Amino acid sequence: MQRRIDYKLIEDLVPEGATVLDLACGDGELLSELIAEKHVRGSGVEIDQAAVEKCIGRGLSVFHGDLDAGLADFGDQSHDVVILSLSLQQLRRPRMIVREMVRVGRLAIVSFPNFAHWTPRSQLLLRGRMPVSRDLPYQWWDTPNIHLCTVQDFRKLCREEGLRIEHEMYLRAVDKDPPARIVAPNLLARIGIFAVTRC
Amino acid sequence: MTESKPAARKEIGDVAMGYDDDAGNAGIVRTRRVTFDQPGQELALEGGGTLAPFTLAYETYGSLSERKDNAVLVTHALSGDAHVAGRHSANDKRPGWWDMMIGPGKGLDTDKYFVICANVIGGCTGSTGPASTNPATGKPFGTDFPIITIADMVNAQVRLLDHLGIDKLLAAVGGSMGGMQVLELVVSHPDRTHLCVPLATAARQPTQAIAFNEVGRQAIMADPNWRGGHYYGGKTPAKGLSVARMVGHITYLSDEAMEEKFGRRLQDILDYTFTFSADFEVESYLRHQGLSFTNRFDANTYLYITRALDYFDLSRQHGTLVKAFEEVKARFLVMGFSSDWLHPPYQLKEIVSALRATHKHVSYYEVESHYGHDAFLLEREKMEGIIAAFLSSGARTYHR
Repeated sequence: MQRRIDYKLIEDLVPEGATVLDLACGDGELLSELIAEKHVRGSGVEIDQAAVEKCIGRGLSVFHGDLDAGLADFGDQSHDVVILSLSLQQLRRPRMIVREMVRVGRLAIVSFPNFAHWTPRSQLLLRGRMPVSRDLPYQWWDTPNIHLCTVQDFRKLCREEGLRIEHEMYLRAVDKDPPARIVAPNLLARIGIFAVTRC
Repeated sequence: MTESKPAARKEIGDVAMGYDDDAGNAGIVRTRRVTFDQPGQELALEGGGTLAPFTLAYETYGSLSERKDNAVLVTHALSGDAHVAGRHSANDKRPGWWDMMIGPGKGLDTDKYFVICANVIGGCTGSTGPASTNPATGKPFGTDFPIITIADMVNAQVRLLDHLGIDKLLAAVGGSMGGMQVLELVVSHPDRTHLCVPLATAARQPTQAIAFNEVGRQAIMADPNWRGGHYYGGKTPAKGLSVARMVGHITYLSDEAMEEKFGRRLQDILDYTFTFSADFEVESYLRHQGLSFTNRFDANTYLYITRALDYFDLSRQHGTLVKAFEEVKARFLVMGFSSDWLHPPYQLKEIVSALRATHKHVSYYEVESHYGHDAFLLEREKMEGIIAAFLSSGARTYHR
């Protein structure tokens, strides 16, 4: 299976041997890669029973829980890195979870689909329809993506929360190598990856 | 030590062959007994003194591998016994108490694992307890039986592992009091198991549970037939034990489960009788549960085991739970059950947090269920895949 480029970029941000908490870790693919490549002490949080079972089958440490309830079971600064990969838009309280991430972890890595990419923009502008694309494949009436945001929105959230953006990276797709530099990422990036710390 | 029954065809692995129509089930099993009566086999008790000799009743399922690396110890709860799966005879009406989880292809797959379950000391179904004969007097112990603790129960079962030649279990799995035993095992015997699966339990007996146990004990001791615990050979304190069981039973259910199961339905009548008879289904059910319990359980055992539960507090010897877990080596799968109000999920999460604070390998799963505390005995589909995955991935990292 081809390695996901967004995972590769996230891995590059994680220090060797770090303690990592992966929120909405799914079946544990990113965590397994981090353990294999970066020798991290990793664990995940996941709400879905089948996904938890897969994680456990892989020998991962996973906590079955609902991110919308926060991270009360995790202590302040108990992890080097806390990751939320492409799930921010599915949470009921995304701002709260970003706060929780920088409370629990020294570095928070958040990736999200950029709703201001020209594809959704043009679908809305030209067709007058809710955008449906490879990154956002759902119809408006069944989408789990209830809190979509843009690159600009996330930067603004970081400013308001007093978070320092250590790294920001952009992808045109999860399976294509990132361009050396994207000009106007808010228009041209499909995915934004931010690494932030509490100032 | 002496085996009180001669070994059958197989030294260990009791599942009788030739019941292919029973596929998926653990088959026909029998309870074995082993008595530890040799010098050096005395059981030093946490509360002082020793128990010697002592007997453990146990059952096994599946076969122990040549490398002895596939053994899974299942520890039982307050009213459980060694008969955890299978049937004692072909026309046995009820299988063992966790039959849903143990058998070929089940969560604890007896095609892969050698499953062991022993009646705890202090028990009344084959292991040494208050109804056993006191070697000093030749009469039943009654309340002369020493107070035992969860640690004592565990130490006795470690003797059984020695007897079976098992240095290190693949896993120790238990719910409620069984969960306390597996936690005690990994703390006091860190090298004896690779995996630990505590379910619906706590690292210390919660206050409310002590309170309910005290009501049960008072009911037993208030029964005139209890006679200070020396009632063997005469009338038993069945009424007191029955009330204790009724109280206990309520704590194993949930508000929602009771509403659903009984509601306010009347038992075999069309209107209130305006008497104190069991008009409501729930009353009739509890009376039946209480009464049938007295046919299979000893009142003194109820006193001793609830006492052991109440004394359980892993942090007591170590100051904090985090310190208690410091030397632990096992990997954990901790399971809570959403509607369990005897051991609510927060008590399981406390265990998880303390393990995490010492960087132990721990996973937590919360079963969504309205069955209350009893959910761990009922929610097969929501549990077995996770437990099976934990055991099979754990088997890959097993080492001595």
